[in-house]
Amino acid sequence: MSQDLSGDAHTGHPTAGQYFRIAVILCVITAVEVGIFYLEFLGHWMIPILFVLSTGKFALVAMYYMHLKFDHKLFTYMFVAGFVLAAFVIGFLLILFGVYT
Amino acid sequence: MAQEHAAQIHGEHEDTTTGLNHRKMLMWAFLGSDCMFFGALIATYLVYQGKSLAGPMPVDVFDIPVTSVSTFVLLMSSMSMVLAYAALTKNNLKGFRIWMISTAIMGATFVGFQVYEFSSFAHHHVDINCSSPGELTDYEQHIFDEGCSNGEAHAESHEGLKPQTNLFGTTFYTLTGFHGAHVTLGIVWLLSLLLLSFKKGMITPEKNLDVDLAALYWHFVDVVWIVIFTVVYLFGVFPGF
Amino acid sequence: MSTFPISIPRPVHPTGVWGWITTIDHKRIGILYGITAFIMFISGGIEATLMRIQLAGPELDIVSAAVYNQLFTMHGTTMIFLAIMPLSAAFFNFVIPLQIGARDVAFPRLNAFSYWTFLGGALMLKLSWIGGATDAGWFGYAPLTSVAQNPGTGIDFWIISLQVLGVASLAASFNFIVTIINMRAPGMTMMRLPLFTWMSFITAILLVLAFPVITVALIELTFDRYFMFNFFNVANGGSVVLWQHLFWVFGHPEVYILILPAMGIVSEVLPVFAKKPLFGYKTVVLAGAIIAFMGWMVWSHHMFTVGLGAVANAVFTVTTMLIAVPTGIKVFNWIGTIWGGSIRFTTPMLYSLGFIAMFLLGGISGVMHAVSAHDAQQQDTYFVPAHIHYVLFGGAIMAILSGIFYWFPKYSGKMYSEKQGKISFWLIMLGQNVTFFPMHFVGLDGMPRRIYTYVEGMGWEFWNGVATGGVFILIIGFLLVIDNIGRNWRNGKPAPADPWDARTLEWSIASPPPEYNFEEIPVVRSLDDWWATKQGGAHKEIPASGGSGDEGHGIHLPQPSYWPMVTAIGLFIAAYGVVFNDLIVPWGIAAIGLVIGFVGVYAWSFEPVNDPEEDSTH
Repeated sequence: MSQDLSGDAHTGHPTAGQYFRIAVILCVITAVEVGIFYLEFLGHWMIPILFVLSTGKFALVAMYYMHLKFDHKLFTYMFVAGFVLAAFVIGFLLILFGVYT
Repeated sequence: MAQEHAAQIHGEHEDTTTGLNHRKMLMWAFLGSDCMFFGALIATYLVYQGKSLAGPMPVDVFDIPVTSVSTFVLLMSSMSMVLAYAALTKNNLKGFRIWMISTAIMGATFVGFQVYEFSSFAHHHVDINCSSPGELTDYEQHIFDEGCSNGEAHAESHEGLKPQTNLFGTTFYTLTGFHGAHVTLGIVWLLSLLLLSFKKGMITPEKNLDVDLAALYWHFVDVVWIVIFTVVYLFGVFPGF
Repeated sequence: MSTFPISIPRPVHPTGVWGWITTIDHKRIGILYGITAFIMFISGGIEATLMRIQLAGPELDIVSAAVYNQLFTMHGTTMIFLAIMPLSAAFFNFVIPLQIGARDVAFPRLNAFSYWTFLGGALMLKLSWIGGATDAGWFGYAPLTSVAQNPGTGIDFWIISLQVLGVASLAASFNFIVTIINMRAPGMTMMRLPLFTWMSFITAILLVLAFPVITVALIELTFDRYFMFNFFNVANGGSVVLWQHLFWVFGHPEVYILILPAMGIVSEVLPVFAKKPLFGYKTVVLAGAIIAFMGWMVWSHHMFTVGLGAVANAVFTVTTMLIAVPTGIKVFNWIGTIWGGSIRFTTPMLYSLGFIAMFLLGGISGVMHAVSAHDAQQQDTYFVPAHIHYVLFGGAIMAILSGIFYWFPKYSGKMYSEKQGKISFWLIMLGQNVTFFPMHFVGLDGMPRRIYTYVEGMGWEFWNGVATGGVFILIIGFLLVIDNIGRNWRNGKPAPADPWDARTLEWSIASPPPEYNFEEIPVVRSLDDWWATKQGGAHKEIPASGGSGDEGHGIHLPQPSYWPMVTAIGLFIAAYGVVFNDLIVPWGIAAIGLVIGFVGVYAWSFEPVNDPEEDSTH
């Protein structure tokens, strides 16, 4: 049987200092996002850049604050299944509506 | 067996097949499901983006600096939440309470920002000087065309953005409103735990799972906002999207 | 540790009606689900019978056009959400914990909440007949559901009761996902799970991912109707096609939610009565998983005639044809299972064989729809009801009937009448083909669905008359089923623990099982462990009958609770409050319901799972 990982403090979870550092990174990324937003010369490149930066933020919160990095893989699968499927449905609907109009 | 012990201190009556806690697994399954909920709302928003026939558009009402501040507050509340959890596991009940209060306050601040934002959008008014209109958005151009045609000095509109105004209002208020409702529910949950911690033996390091579940929910609400902030706000004002 | 301020005495070993109301025993909840859903099935059947009588001949005037619209809408909604889904849920509840060697589900009180919420939603929908039920078709296409087109409360009842039913289904599915992952007996690996449990697991995953989409669609419709939002308001740029997309993004996984549990039941019954292990167990599991995965890529085949464009239609044609492949694989596996077996033609076996034949016919007409050019001829004709009735009646209902008879000894502790069961099978088999097969003919002949009458001389009279006649054969068949079940549940011959010489764990314990299910949690060594145990000559003592609670075994079961029902009642009141939101105080009733619901949730979370005296649990 596998190890119990349901939220014990002593299974290699980050310390308060690490949590704080991640918060700093999150804020920096957000600041960069807002900054990039005002750089008009980026044109259409803005979308992929903002996309990647947001994905990074999302991943940081999910992995560290939600402990997915340290927890059982099953939890990751459950969450990612919903997330990926949602992204798939959004993408497909956008394509279909593009075709439709 | 260590695991049996762990199961007991988590308040479970049986150890489980995977060794994982039932409630925590339920929470993750719920979050996966809630992804689809927000996914469908975001899909609706995006499908209707740019299809509004009248009224203010994102570029007319969005105030990116203000929303950046509220985004920052919500991100910080996530940090505060995780610090509350860390304090609890170290049996630092006082630290736990301080971080819980700060999380709830930051959550409430975020909701406050949202209320302010909704109300300012709803009362959005346009006042254009007909002699020197400057650079106009499509919506402002429309008001200019209607209001300045017969020699008036000013063209005004107090219509604002309401859910009924156009598709943007409909989808925007629904999507962000449901996110706000999630945050509000989270605040109620956090405050319940906070109150409970004043009763002896209710919130202990052994029962950290109760806090862990609330924390997972709180962080989830945060990541949903990360998506909304980028897709709705930043992409929304960007003209090429 | 009962610290909630309004704590009231907990029900301790209640008996009689209170025992059922406060029960959190998965077996009792399963039986409650089964009986409620069967009553709903009958009500949906009555609606269908009235429609068939109206269509028996040209230009009949037995029901009005308005009532007819309500009949077909309520029939579809009832059969899908109030009959087939909860009948499957009845089996999930009763069978899954027994098959995986558990004493209950992971969240017994959540399970009770699911049932009471389902009951509330079901009553709400059916009671909407008073004052005019919904009449926009079971998929409620916009703008038929808009306030302008449909100002009555029928649509509101439909929307809100579907939301309530969604809560019930979601709660049940979360519960079963956790139960199946986390409550398996030692040695019961995922690839030793009985097929029914596997298919239920996949169904539950599909459900938690698909239901939020319909929840959102219904919320959008609610906002349109109540607050004049613009989601489906064409005047302000809204698209009615978005409703179709959102509905079918949910709706297509939903058809697999309906059929996968049925496939699971058949995969249990065939090996037992063919005395052979299931042919290609891993393939059947994998095919189920692939169906669930691909079920997300085919939704627009319901919308071929909308005008999505050639590319979209071609893509969805291809994916729809592909999804027939794993389904076909399953059919071959079932045939492989019975091939060369020593077959016993008992009632459940007959129903399962009937399932294969009927579902195959429905599958073939399904592949016909998959061709988008062909579908353009069939869209909105009777050919589509013919297809859906072959897969859902000939498929899902036949499998459910198979399950009702297969597990009858287990849940009732009695034996049914085999002779009567076989007669009922042949009547239902004959009746459904007489009723539904002619729909293919009139459909291809151009008869539209959802019309309340037709004029003479269209060439549809004969086959419509035949179809209506078939309904009465079905009615006799179902009366026999009800008589067989009802009479023998009371007075039948006592059933042995393992009357079928079966393969899975539920047959290793007494019939009916004791409250704690397994005196000792079994250790599983192989697939079909109970069969292997019997073949290995290992003698296992089965207690003759079940005791109650902890008699001498020291088994602590979760205790009954009021709170799941209180929460469900709160939700029910809130739901009514939303429909009648301008009664007395605006939104007052909804607020009262929400408060009751919140009190229920709080009291529930402060109530210990186990004995009130013990201080160790939350």
